[in-house]
Amino acid sequence: MFFRKKAAETAAAPGAASAQTGGGTVHVAMTVNGKPVAAEIDPRMLLVQFLRDHLRLTGTHVGCDTSQCGACVVHVEGRAAKSCTLLAATCDGARITTIEGLATDGKLHPMQEAFRQHHGLQCGFCTPGMIMAAVDLVQRSGGKLDDHAIREGLEGNLCRCTGYHNIVAAVKAAAANMGSMRQAAE
Amino acid sequence: MAATTGIGAPVRRKEDQRFITGKGQYTDDINRPGQAYAVFVRSPHAHANIKSIDASAAQKAPGCLAVYTGADIAKDKVGGLICGWLIHSKDGSPMKAGAHPALAQGKVRYVGDHVAVVIAETLAEARDAAEKVNVTYETLPAVVDVATAQNPGQAQLHAEAPNNTVYQWHLGDKAAVDAAFASAKHVTRIDLVNNRLIPNAIEPRAAIGEYDSGNDSLTLYTTSQNPHVARLVLSAFIGLAPEHKLRVIAPDVGGGFGSKIFIYAEETVCLWASRKVGRPVKWTADRSESFLADAHGRDHATTAELAVDGDGKILALRAKTKANLGGYLSTFASSVPTYLYAPLLSGQYNIPAIYCEVDGVYTTTAPVDAYRGAGRPEATFVVERLVEVTARQIGQDPAEFRRKNFIRSFPHATPVIMTYDAGDYEGCLNKALELADYKGVGARKAESARKGLKRGVGFSAYIEACGIAPSAAVGSLGAGVGLWESAEVRVNPTGSVEVLTGSHSHGQGHETTFAQLVSQRLGIPFEQVTVVHGDTDKVQFGMGTYGSRSGAVGMSAIYYAIDKVIVKAKKVAGFVLEVAADTVDFKEGIFSSTATNKTLTFPEVALQAYIAHKFSGAQLEPGLKEGAFFDPTNFTFPAGVHICEVEIDPETGATRIDRWTAVDDFGELINPMIVEGQVHGGVAQGVGQALLEGAVYNKEGQLVTASYMDYTMPRASDLPTLQVAMSGTPCPSNPLGIKGCGEAGAIAAPAAVINAITDALGHEAIAMPATPLAVWRAAQTSPTKMAAE
Repeated sequence: MFFRKKAAETAAAPGAASAQTGGGTVHVAMTVNGKPVAAEIDPRMLLVQFLRDHLRLTGTHVGCDTSQCGACVVHVEGRAAKSCTLLAATCDGARITTIEGLATDGKLHPMQEAFRQHHGLQCGFCTPGMIMAAVDLVQRSGGKLDDHAIREGLEGNLCRCTGYHNIVAAVKAAAANMGSMRQAAE
Repeated sequence: MAATTGIGAPVRRKEDQRFITGKGQYTDDINRPGQAYAVFVRSPHAHANIKSIDASAAQKAPGCLAVYTGADIAKDKVGGLICGWLIHSKDGSPMKAGAHPALAQGKVRYVGDHVAVVIAETLAEARDAAEKVNVTYETLPAVVDVATAQNPGQAQLHAEAPNNTVYQWHLGDKAAVDAAFASAKHVTRIDLVNNRLIPNAIEPRAAIGEYDSGNDSLTLYTTSQNPHVARLVLSAFIGLAPEHKLRVIAPDVGGGFGSKIFIYAEETVCLWASRKVGRPVKWTADRSESFLADAHGRDHATTAELAVDGDGKILALRAKTKANLGGYLSTFASSVPTYLYAPLLSGQYNIPAIYCEVDGVYTTTAPVDAYRGAGRPEATFVVERLVEVTARQIGQDPAEFRRKNFIRSFPHATPVIMTYDAGDYEGCLNKALELADYKGVGARKAESARKGLKRGVGFSAYIEACGIAPSAAVGSLGAGVGLWESAEVRVNPTGSVEVLTGSHSHGQGHETTFAQLVSQRLGIPFEQVTVVHGDTDKVQFGMGTYGSRSGAVGMSAIYYAIDKVIVKAKKVAGFVLEVAADTVDFKEGIFSSTATNKTLTFPEVALQAYIAHKFSGAQLEPGLKEGAFFDPTNFTFPAGVHICEVEIDPETGATRIDRWTAVDDFGELINPMIVEGQVHGGVAQGVGQALLEGAVYNKEGQLVTASYMDYTMPRASDLPTLQVAMSGTPCPSNPLGIKGCGEAGAIAAPAAVINAITDALGHEAIAMPATPLAVWRAAQTSPTKMAAE
């Protein structure tokens, strides 16, 4: 996986072994929303706990603890991942993006803007995970997404408020915007 | 300005900026200095006596601060949880309710019941210590099935309630109904189960209790739909602190659907324990705890009958329902299957006589209380299944049978309490038939048949009672509270406005819709209005959000507070313009008078109100801040027609919803975008009930659907694109003409889906949830006799 090479390097580095045994903690270092972070943590700590409790990035939510609801989706090395079932320690060396890091230079990501424009959220609790999953879905699809593909693609994210109707509309609109942005960039 | 942000405009929501950027502030996002963590030791048994609790190993575990049990909470004389609506049985006796302690007193009554709490330095340490609490149980037989829980020989949950019967209630005129049935040309009889549901807001419940020894006061951060009601109950009944020494804050709340109305054991214990350990105590449910210990919804077993004459006119309706209330009575549990259910059994129809009996029953399951719609989905399912089956049995088109029996003049007093104030049921039906292309159904059925598929169409012409509720009326029916709402409009010297409301937004978008009202009426920019809610130290009192009441009741309170602001502002303007106040006119943000050609803007008058240079204290009180309490004069009656069209593969049992048409009458709309979103979400929950969701306890009382792997939540691929349209008749009982929209979809949808499936299958023997297995089995039987024959 993305972090294996980096983790192997860390393990081989002097002092790494003692960090894993000394005091029951492990050392992790990763890049979160573009900023390098490092900490000594309980080896049991989940990535979502590291983000929420250690870094105080509370935009990533926990809805189920069992990888079913998707409220905890973040990007690990650019791909959507459920942070409630990843150990923070296994993300050593990884590049993480959370909902707080999606907007650039104060400008909302097209997916964020589309969720607002299309009323793709109500209580907002599933929204960060939904947006992060949707961004990954659009990126993977190469812009070819119809309603059916969006509904299938969001299989891993639960929303109890919207009935998904407006989420599908938002993702479709964002996919078009992201596509035109990509073309403009090319 | 008003055209783009005023009443009726699809304004994009103010609250979205923080939610889409990860800046929402939910209870679990809050951490207090020195905070410790609570983990509950829960009963693994449905029904058992607690023989002993040995906490010695847990107390010695790393990081453990304290372990408390029922004995500790009893010693501190912490009161039990309450049920706030007193129901009387038909013999006049009050309901028979057992105690509901926050930590079990010698006996547990459902899997997940609260036995002890462990407080530790970290969550992981609290979990580890909780594993070391050794509880010895003497297990007792479980009682799970509502239909048989009252039978002789069943285990008894509470000594106070013989035969597990909390009440045997009734409503209506039995003699008139019996006479109508005796004279009927046709009688339809059906047995229905309204399946038990688990609300599953995606945000799990959470609470932080914090004791301030310097002020001897408590603060509770909690996932609540009604923080003031929580404060009142926690102080006046549970006795944790005097009301003025208890602050309850419900910040952003991630969905409620009813499940966050109630005052639960966990927040009670966190508050109490924070005083004992001298530290803030935080608890956040994991999803398993949500499944086990959030109040569940529905769970009725009903036999229902409809009598019609030779012309197909409905003569009478009769229903007998057994309602599962769970192991204890939750906050409003008693009212849901009684006064929120039977008064809706007239549906949209002119039914001269109705009689309904309801037994409220204890079982060894999680408490059952209000869940989106609360009683009204159960009533609509009874009425709309009866009407559909009757139409089929007497050979009439289901749409035309409904049309023939619609109520057409208003006000209309039903035989079951309610007086419907306004509606146009035929208008909704006609519009829905057109949008659904009902004329084309035959051709579409033939086309499906050519592919080996079965197509069916189902109607649901629902009604609900919202805008809950006139205080005197609900008081006369046993409610322990009034159901008015409060508002305060605070104008700042610069003319911006804070609106404080007793309503609570947990997805409904009040920060936007309430601002639309204020902006339009005061003629100030939408951006100049901030809505404040969810904190008992900021808002004086309020009854909270449920029962689609925040528009009809909450916004009406704001409306009248604004009226008072305008009256006061006109007085200020009179002094500034040097004219008599009664000549001052206020329109679109401008104060003017026929007595002068000078005008003032709203911010100019606001500033004058505060600097108070143009009038003396003897003439006028400075400042510009007004409040209002609004008590509605009637319920509101949203209604509509939903049409569901399904296509079933008889080889797999898979049911695909091909078309969904909703035409709803919600009265006046503040923000149609938000209203449509409420319909979408409601329909999704109703479709979930009909096709996917069902809480299942096995005969030992274990909840076998206690995770998202086992309890089927609707996902995006389970739902269709929804066609939602409106057909409004203004509500006459509030100044804005609002009826409410929050529950409609969940109320309408189950009957529409099941009516469509039974139409496709050609027989009535299908129960909810109509899973592929259930539908496949049903599809194997050729159209046989209808259940009623």
